[in-house]
Amino acid sequence: MKKYYLGIDLGSTTSKAVIIDEQDNIIGRGITNTRSNYEVAAEIAKQSAIYNARFYLLQNRLSDIIERHPEYRRYIKEMEDAFQYLQFSNRLEWLRRQLLQTAGETAKSEASHHTMLAEVERITGEIQEEVKVDYLERDLGSKSQFFRDIVGEKYNEKVSCLSKELFEPMMLLFDKSINPVENEMISFQFKHLVEESMALLNAKYANLADVGNADESVHFDAELNLLKGNYQRVSDSLKEHINYVSEEEFHIAGMVGTGYGRALLPFPENCIKSEILCHAFGAHAVFPNTRTVLDIGGQDTKAIQVDQYGLVTSFHMNDRCAAGCGRYLGYIADELNISLNELGPLALEAQKEVTICSTCTVFAGAELRELLNVGEKREDILAGLHRAIVMRAMSLLARSGGVRNEFTFTGGVARNHAVLKYVSELVRTNYGQDLTINVHTDSIFMGALGGAMFARRNIEVALPEKKKKEELEEVG
Amino acid sequence: MQKEVIKEKSMVLQKEMLAKLFKDLSQAHETGKKVVYTFVPGNLSELIHAFDMLPVYPEINALQSGMRKKSGDFIRDAEKAGHLEDVCTYVKCDIGMMLNGNIGPTGEKLPPPDLLLLSYTGCFTFMKWFENLERYYPGVPIAMLHTPYQEGGKITKEMRDYMVEQLKQEVIPKMEMVSGKKFDESKLAGILENSARAEDLIVKIFETTKNKPSPIDAYFAGVYYIGPINTGFRGRPEAVTYYETLYEEIQERVRLGLGPITPEGEMEEERFRLVVEGPPNWTSFREFWKLFYDMGAVVVASTYTKVGGVYDYGFRHDPKRPLESLAEYCMNCYTNLNLPQRIDLLEKYITEFQADGFLVNSIKSCNSFSAGQLLMMRQLEERLGIPVGFIESDLVDPRYFSYSNIKNRLDSFFQMLGQRKIIRGQMEMEAVV
Amino acid sequence: MFTEIQPLIETCKQTAFDLHFRHAKKWKAEEEGRILVGYMPIYFPREVVHAARGLAAGILGGGDRKQIIKGDAYYQSYICHIPRGIIEMALDDNLNDFDGFIFPSICDVIRNLSGMFRMLGKGKFVKYLDFPQNFLPAVGGAFYKKELLHVQDELFKINGYRPGVEALNRSIALYNENRALTEDIYDIRQQFPWRLSYEDLYCILRAGLAMPVEEHNEILSEVLDYVRQDIGEPMDKIKVVVSGAFCEQPPLGLIKSIEIAGCYVVDDDLLLGSRWIQGDIDARTDDPIGAIVDAYLTQSAFSSTVYDAGNPKEARLIDLAHRRQADGILFAAPSFCDPALLDRPQLQKACDDAGVRYISFQYSENTGQFKVIKEQVGAFSDSIKLWEEAV
Repeated sequence: MKKYYLGIDLGSTTSKAVIIDEQDNIIGRGITNTRSNYEVAAEIAKQSAIYNARFYLLQNRLSDIIERHPEYRRYIKEMEDAFQYLQFSNRLEWLRRQLLQTAGETAKSEASHHTMLAEVERITGEIQEEVKVDYLERDLGSKSQFFRDIVGEKYNEKVSCLSKELFEPMMLLFDKSINPVENEMISFQFKHLVEESMALLNAKYANLADVGNADESVHFDAELNLLKGNYQRVSDSLKEHINYVSEEEFHIAGMVGTGYGRALLPFPENCIKSEILCHAFGAHAVFPNTRTVLDIGGQDTKAIQVDQYGLVTSFHMNDRCAAGCGRYLGYIADELNISLNELGPLALEAQKEVTICSTCTVFAGAELRELLNVGEKREDILAGLHRAIVMRAMSLLARSGGVRNEFTFTGGVARNHAVLKYVSELVRTNYGQDLTINVHTDSIFMGALGGAMFARRNIEVALPEKKKKEELEEVG
Repeated sequence: MQKEVIKEKSMVLQKEMLAKLFKDLSQAHETGKKVVYTFVPGNLSELIHAFDMLPVYPEINALQSGMRKKSGDFIRDAEKAGHLEDVCTYVKCDIGMMLNGNIGPTGEKLPPPDLLLLSYTGCFTFMKWFENLERYYPGVPIAMLHTPYQEGGKITKEMRDYMVEQLKQEVIPKMEMVSGKKFDESKLAGILENSARAEDLIVKIFETTKNKPSPIDAYFAGVYYIGPINTGFRGRPEAVTYYETLYEEIQERVRLGLGPITPEGEMEEERFRLVVEGPPNWTSFREFWKLFYDMGAVVVASTYTKVGGVYDYGFRHDPKRPLESLAEYCMNCYTNLNLPQRIDLLEKYITEFQADGFLVNSIKSCNSFSAGQLLMMRQLEERLGIPVGFIESDLVDPRYFSYSNIKNRLDSFFQMLGQRKIIRGQMEMEAVV
Repeated sequence: MFTEIQPLIETCKQTAFDLHFRHAKKWKAEEEGRILVGYMPIYFPREVVHAARGLAAGILGGGDRKQIIKGDAYYQSYICHIPRGIIEMALDDNLNDFDGFIFPSICDVIRNLSGMFRMLGKGKFVKYLDFPQNFLPAVGGAFYKKELLHVQDELFKINGYRPGVEALNRSIALYNENRALTEDIYDIRQQFPWRLSYEDLYCILRAGLAMPVEEHNEILSEVLDYVRQDIGEPMDKIKVVVSGAFCEQPPLGLIKSIEIAGCYVVDDDLLLGSRWIQGDIDARTDDPIGAIVDAYLTQSAFSSTVYDAGNPKEARLIDLAHRRQADGILFAAPSFCDPALLDRPQLQKACDDAGVRYISFQYSENTGQFKVIKEQVGAFSDSIKLWEEAV
C-alpha cells in the first residue's frame, strides 16, 4: 500500500492542506478560508486536498496518453473546473436555503418578506447561471477564489441595483447567512461528483458540436477542436481510470499540523510543529538553494535563515501586533471597499509613493482617510502602504541576519504583486543585484508542505511531558 | 503527579539570611542603624558593612515586586505621577512602591535612606533613578561613584585611580558623615577576605554545569544562587557558609548524576543545553521557567548572573588592596564590559559548557543589556555556528510579557534545536548512502 | 537696504543635512595631514581636534533623510531611532574618510554603539569618551584630562602632529568666538525672534557641525549683522524654550511646525553640544587642556546626561525660561530617550511649582506627520495668548 503524508497549516486567514507521497512530491493541495473553528477548517482543507490528489493521480495514470493526445489534458482540466463548479453549486444551494430561512427571521413585514424571498430566488438563480459559465467557459477555477469572495461579489452587484428600502435588508441578510454556510462541512462522493462533471462537460461539447465552426475563437483552439468530435470517446475511456482513482484509499501514514492555530488542532502533541520550521522546510524543498525565507502571512511575518538541509538556524518574527502583515492589507481593502486581490494591481498603477507613517492596523484607517482627504490618489497611497509593509519585513530580515544567499518569499501575501515588487527591489538593492529571488505559485502552501515533509520523516518530538504521561500510564 | 519539593538546606539558609536583613531594616530606626540605598552592579557591600550600615537594593525590591505580581500596579502609580511609558520599569516600579508606603518583599516597611550611594556602574539609568530618589528624599546625602566603562576592553591605571580617588574623596567621607564612624581600613580588609572566599565558591558552583546532565540551572535557579552575594552578604561569614552548603549540595547532585531542580521537582532528561544572555522576566518568572524545563532545556551559563560581578576571569576582592580591588570589582561587572568583551565571555561559556543553543532574552527596559544584543548574537552565530534564538520581554512590566508570543518563539527555537540534532543526522546519513 | 541672507541659509542647510559630509571631506582632502573625526551627541571639545589640524564633525543621525534597512538589524524596536541611522550610514560608507569616532558618555545606547563601531572596524580609532560625573578637579578633572590626552594620542598616531600650547589656545579662542556669536544671535532673537526663523537658525547652527570653525564664525558674523537690522514684523506668537531634544534631532518639518503653530523658539537644546560651555574658556593659559577640563567642570550647560546633585537642572531650566522671558516650555524628546524621559517628571514638577506653563510630546527623527504636534503646539500657544489677554 502506498503511503501518503499530510501537512496542515492553520493560518489566521486561510487553512491549507498538502498531501505528499513517499518522494516528497506534492500530490494534493487544499485551501479554505473557513473561520468557524480550526477542526472544521482542517477537515475542509484536507478533504479538498484529497479531491485534488485524486485528479493528480488521474493525470499521472494517464501521463502517456496525455502526452500523445492533448485533448485528454484539456478534458481533465475542464473536468476539474466542472468539479469545482459543482462544489460551488452545492454550497450555493446551502446559501439559498439559509438566505430564505434568515429572511423569515429578519423581515420586518409580510410584504417585505415576500419580496425578499423572491429576490433571493432571483439572485441565487442568476448567480448559479453566471458562475456556471465562469467555471465552464471562463476558467474561473484557475483563479482559486473562495466561495465567499465569488458569491459576495456577485451578490453585491445584484443587490446594488435594488431600491434603497430593499438594499439594506438584503445586505444584512447576506451578512447573516454567509458565515454558517461557509463553515458548513459539505461532503461529496468524489466519484459521483466526477460523473456529474463529465455529464456537464459532455453536454457542453454536445452543444459545441452543433454550433460547428461558427465561433472564430473555437476555430483556433486545437485542443478544443480535437475534443469536439471526440469527447464521447475521451470520456468513455476515462471512466475506468476514474473508477480506480475514486477508490484509491489515501492511507495517510503521518501528519503534521502547523500554523497560527496549530495548538488548537486535535492532533497529538508530537504531530504539531512550529510554522517557522515548516515554512522553511517547505520553501527549501521547492528551492533547495534557499538560505533565507521571508514569509508574510495573515497574522505575522517571519524572516528565517536555513542551512543546506532546510533546517532553521535562526529566525525573527514581528513583535506583538499584526502591523504590516496580511491582516493589515485586509483592513486597508475593507477601508477602500475593494477586494483584497485588487490591492496589489492598483498599487502597481501608482505614479508616486505617498509616505505612510503608520503600519499599525489600528491607525491605518485614519491615516488612509486623511490622505484621501488631502487629495492623494488611491493608487499612490496604496503604493506607499505596500512599501511600508515591505519596509517592516525588511527590518525583520535584517534582524534575522539579512539575506545571505538565494532568497525565497512565501506566504499568502507573496501573491500580491505590489508586495513582490517592493520585496524584490529592496532585497536586491540592499543585499545584491544578482540575488536569486524565488516565489512559487504554491507559495501559500509552503507551511503545509513542510509539515507533510516532517510527517514523512516521522520525527518523534520526544516531549518529556509525553514521556512522563506514558510512564505514569505504565505504572498505573 | 507533582513531586514534593524538598527544601534544600541552602534554600533554608538563604531564606533566613534575607529574613534577618529585612527584620534589621525594619528595626533600623529603633536600633539606630543607618541605611544605604545602592545598586547591585558595582555594589560596595563590604564598605557599607565596614561602617555597620545596612544596604537596600531598589532593583531587588523591584524584581521582588515583579515576582509578587505587585509591579503592574506600582508602575501604573508611577506613570500617574508623571513617569513615561517608554522608560525603565525598575525605576517606575521602585517609585510606585515608595508611593505605596515602601513595603518590602517580606511585608515589612523599608526604612527611608540615610545615604543614597549611587554606584553608577554599567547602567546610565542608575543615575537618573537616584536623581529622582534624591528629589523624593530631600536632604538625604547622595554619594556618586562613577565607574568608568571598559571601553577599551581593559582597566587602565587612570580608571582605577579615578575610582579610588572617588572612594577616598566622595564615598568614604559621606559614609563617615552619615554613620558617624571613622573609616577603618583593616576592618574592611577583614571583610574582603570573606568576599574572596564567597567568590571562589560561586565560581566553582557555576562551573558545575560542565557536567552532563548539568546539576543546576544557571539562569532560573542561578538568580537565586546569586542572591546573597549580590544583596549585601558578600563579605559576611553567612555568605561563605551559604555557598559552602550550596556547593556541597550540588556536588552531591553531580555524584548522583542528577539534573537541576525545578519548581516541579527534578528535571529528568536534559535535552538542550543553553547559554542565555539578558535578564529574565520577573512578572511571569515561573511560567517563563516552565517553558524551559518542560522542554528539557537547562541553562548552563547566563550573563545575567554576572551583573553583580564577573569572577570568571579570576578577579577576587583583595584584602591587601582594599580600595583598589573595590574599584576593580565595580569596573568588572558584566554590563560595564564593552561589546567585544561580552561576546568573548559568551563564546567562552558556549564552548566550555558545550551549549546546544544560544538564546537572548531582550529586555525592553534595559538598553545597557539590550542595545547591541542583535549584533552579539550574529557574531556568535558566525564564530561558532551555534543556533540562536531571540525573544523579547520586560523586567517587571507585565504589559510586556506576552506568554503566547514567547511560547511560540521558544517552541520554534526548541524544535529547531531538536530537529537539527535529529534531521541533520538523518540527512547526513542519506547523503552518505 | 537689508542684506540678502537666503542664499547663505541655503548653503548652510545643504551642509548641515549632507549625510555624506562632503564639505568636511573636501576640507580634509585639501591638505595632507588633516584629520576628520566624527563625534556623536552631545558635547565634545572640538578644540582638541582643531588644534591637531583636524575637524570634528557632529554626527546627528540620518534623520528623515536616510532609509533604514540594515540599521534595524542592530536595534530592537524599543530603542530610539538615531543609532539605526548612524549604523546605516557607517555601513553605507557615508562615513568613509573619517579617521576616528568619538562617543561621548551620554547613555547606554550611544555607549554600546561605540562597541558596534569597534567590532565593525570603523575608523582608525573609536573612543568612548567617559565624561566624569565627579566634578572635583583633582578627581573627575584629573580623569577627564587623561581622557582628552588619550584623544590627543590617537590624533597624533594619525598625522604625527602634536599641537603646542599656542595652537591649542588659538583653537580655544576660535570656539570661544563661535559660542559668543551664537549667544549674541540668541540674545537678539530673544527680543526680535521674527528677524530670523527658528528653522533658519537651526540650519545655520547645524552647519557649524560639519565645517571648519573659521568658516562658521564668518557665517555667524554675517547672520549677526543681519539680525541686528530692524527687519520683519512681529507676529502674534508666544515665546517658548524647547527642552529634551539634545541627541536625536527632530526632523526639520517638526521644527518648522512649531513656529508655524504659533511659537517663537527663543532657546532650546537641539544643538546643545555647540553651546555646552557657557562663556569663554581661558585661552591664555599654559595648560590649555586643563582649561578645557576646568570649563567642563564649572561652566557646563545643564543636561539630562550630567549628574546634577548640587546644581539641579530643573532650577536651571526655570531660570533659563525666565531669562529668555519665555511664555512656556515645550518638552520635546525622542521616543525611548531614557535620559530625557526619565528627567521629565522632575522638570515638569518644577514648572508646576514655578508656574511655568508647558506641554510635552515625543517624536522620532524620521517622523513624517506633524499634524498632531502642530495642533497641540497651536492649542498651547492660543491658550497662553488667551490667558494673557484675560490677565
